[in-house]
Amino acid sequence: MAGRGVEAPAAAVSTDFTHALKDSALAGLIAFGLFLPLIGFHAVQDIRNELVLETRWPLLFAFVILAMAGRLFGSLVVTPWRERRAARPRAVAAARPGATLARLFAPAATGFVIVYPLLVLWLAGLGGAVKWVDNFGIQILIYVMLGFGLNIVVGLAGLLDLGYVAFYAVGAYSYALLSQTFGLSFFMLLPLAGILAAFWGIMLGFPVLRLRGDYLAIVTLAFGEIMRLVLINWVPVTNGYAGISGVPRPTFFGIPFNATDEGFAAVFGLEFSPIYRTIFLYYIILALALLTAFVTIRLRRLPVGRAWEALREDEIACRSLGINTTSTKLTAFSIGAGFGGFAGAFFAARQGFISPESFTFMESATILAIVVLGGMGSQLGVAIAAIAMIGGTEALRELDVLKEVFGNGFDPTQYRMLVFGFAMVLIMVVRPRGLISTRQASVHLAERKAIAGTLVKEGRG
Amino acid sequence: MSEALLRVEHLTMRFGGLVAVNALSFAANRGDITALIGPNGAGKTTVFNCITGFYKPSEGRIALGHGGAAVWDELDALTRRDARSLVRPDGALFLLERMPDHLVARRARVARTFQNIRLFPGMTVLENLLVAQHNTLMRASGFTALGIFGLGHYGRAERAAIEKARHWLALTGLVARADDPAGELPYGAQRRLEIARALCTDPMLLCLDEPAAGLNPRESAELNELILTIRAEHKVSVLLIEHDMSVVMSISDHIIVLDYGVKIADGAPSAVRNDPKVIAAYLGVEDEEVAKVEAEVGL
Repeated sequence: MAGRGVEAPAAAVSTDFTHALKDSALAGLIAFGLFLPLIGFHAVQDIRNELVLETRWPLLFAFVILAMAGRLFGSLVVTPWRERRAARPRAVAAARPGATLARLFAPAATGFVIVYPLLVLWLAGLGGAVKWVDNFGIQILIYVMLGFGLNIVVGLAGLLDLGYVAFYAVGAYSYALLSQTFGLSFFMLLPLAGILAAFWGIMLGFPVLRLRGDYLAIVTLAFGEIMRLVLINWVPVTNGYAGISGVPRPTFFGIPFNATDEGFAAVFGLEFSPIYRTIFLYYIILALALLTAFVTIRLRRLPVGRAWEALREDEIACRSLGINTTSTKLTAFSIGAGFGGFAGAFFAARQGFISPESFTFMESATILAIVVLGGMGSQLGVAIAAIAMIGGTEALRELDVLKEVFGNGFDPTQYRMLVFGFAMVLIMVVRPRGLISTRQASVHLAERKAIAGTLVKEGRG
Repeated sequence: MSEALLRVEHLTMRFGGLVAVNALSFAANRGDITALIGPNGAGKTTVFNCITGFYKPSEGRIALGHGGAAVWDELDALTRRDARSLVRPDGALFLLERMPDHLVARRARVARTFQNIRLFPGMTVLENLLVAQHNTLMRASGFTALGIFGLGHYGRAERAAIEKARHWLALTGLVARADDPAGELPYGAQRRLEIARALCTDPMLLCLDEPAAGLNPRESAELNELILTIRAEHKVSVLLIEHDMSVVMSISDHIIVLDYGVKIADGAPSAVRNDPKVIAAYLGVEDEEVAKVEAEVGL
């Protein structure tokens, strides 16, 4: 009895291994079939400009062997590990030691982003810090802010908006045109750009009030495209494809950031460096992003925020409780659009140049991806997702080490979409409701409990 | 004889060629529990949807009065004036067929529940009850403009709203589950929560669409108690659609029976119970009687 008991698992292991081998051979065969036309053959132009077919057998077999090894690893290591994990009883969720850590994470992260430019300045010096503050600081924070803004519309109110970039464009062009025409300052025009974008949010909101889900998504997508086409074709005002250059930069309470005697560096007795403007811009966008986060957190605890979430959960029930769904949706659209407008005005002021190129559907898709990836409705999740998406893109630019591996012709930035597509699929498989999927209740009677993401409705309009 | 709260007159609802409700007239008195019963497809929920503003009736008038009986004298004048409502110090009169659904709930104070429960499943029980007090809280937060800066008396208003929610939770036995998501409650508790949520809107008329559906006999009995308590303590009139005769017969003051969109009986439970037309509608009749019954009903 005991002998058979030992033998049986051994037999099982050996059949498992043969099965895994067969499986891996099949994967190799499929990989061979798939990669033969894609990688095995390579068309190059010779000196006489004629196409010559070359074969790349070593590379092809490298891919096939990689696929086989991956499959073997999957069936021998990953699958048994997952089965063991599934068999293990689940730990009680309440007794997680990470709870305190999670509560402290947001304040700690806020503290870090406040000291970040100074830290970089200290570590990288005056010259090297610009790239770190600009590419990894300002760029990410713009998307954090856009993510927070779209989160109100998609995450809280559940209205799927694929044309959010239109409001970003409204803000940017409002600032660029009004500052050039009337010479008003950045801080005067910032609220105005937000108000104009919010107004366009209402303009979009009215016709789409009766639409839901996919239909709403299509119309908002069209709205984004209309806005871009107007910017391209209304040449007398927007200068078309050529865009608007020489957009005035924000000044430090009237002191410009330039190399003249009235410039910031001269006034404060510092050596001139572009870093001062970059750090100033960093703190502006940080303040705007924190303002957006603060306002959203406050709104969630106010009746209007609860009405947004109720609207996402069940619109008919909302109407039966006397909630005016029209005005509730319009407030969500306009407040979300207003934050997009702020971000747009900042973008124009930072770049000094804007053109319709910056406001393509790709931008809307990126912002929506940040919201979905972060976990709809979660502020912290959106911030983390923006860092991962935008910071990750920037980080890929820095990865020159990959050139050592793949040869000098390799450009890592060309593969960033591939990497991100892969990362998105992976995260959606592992965490289908986004990085932070639990919902925090806005009010509590006895104890505050997190609500599992599976109960919360997704934004379907 | 108490005065009327709701008067439905010649209500007709057509969906294309289908006449779901045909020239239905009835009245529900203040403080009464009025039941609307009938076989499946009789048009009961359509009547509810017309009363609560979710459907615009094809024809007919639905009037609801608050306060004294004197306002009812103005009904015809109000109808001719093309206005939605009349508000006087001694009472108010509303023409529900002219009002959008959210105003029926907010101004005419008609609350409803749904046949297939419609809670906000991802929000906690308490949040569900605060959403129901949206309009009161919205005013207290200065329509968000004051609340966002923490100005005004929003904090006080929210505490009052939570106290009101606690009151209804206590009555429906849900205080212990207040911080749990509504979607995690068992079925019977979700039914009670939906009633509690409707009550948080301070209704004059509470419309319950099959509140006992899917409840076991003990839960049904508790539901009876709950509805009677609501009526007794809070002066809320109840309009009820129900299939469960143990609920209908034991608590209703007045029953209206619908069949194929037509009213076939209207009266006290004891009278309706023995009405041959009602028995025919529910149990069917011998073939030779069909013609006679149809002639009486007017088909």
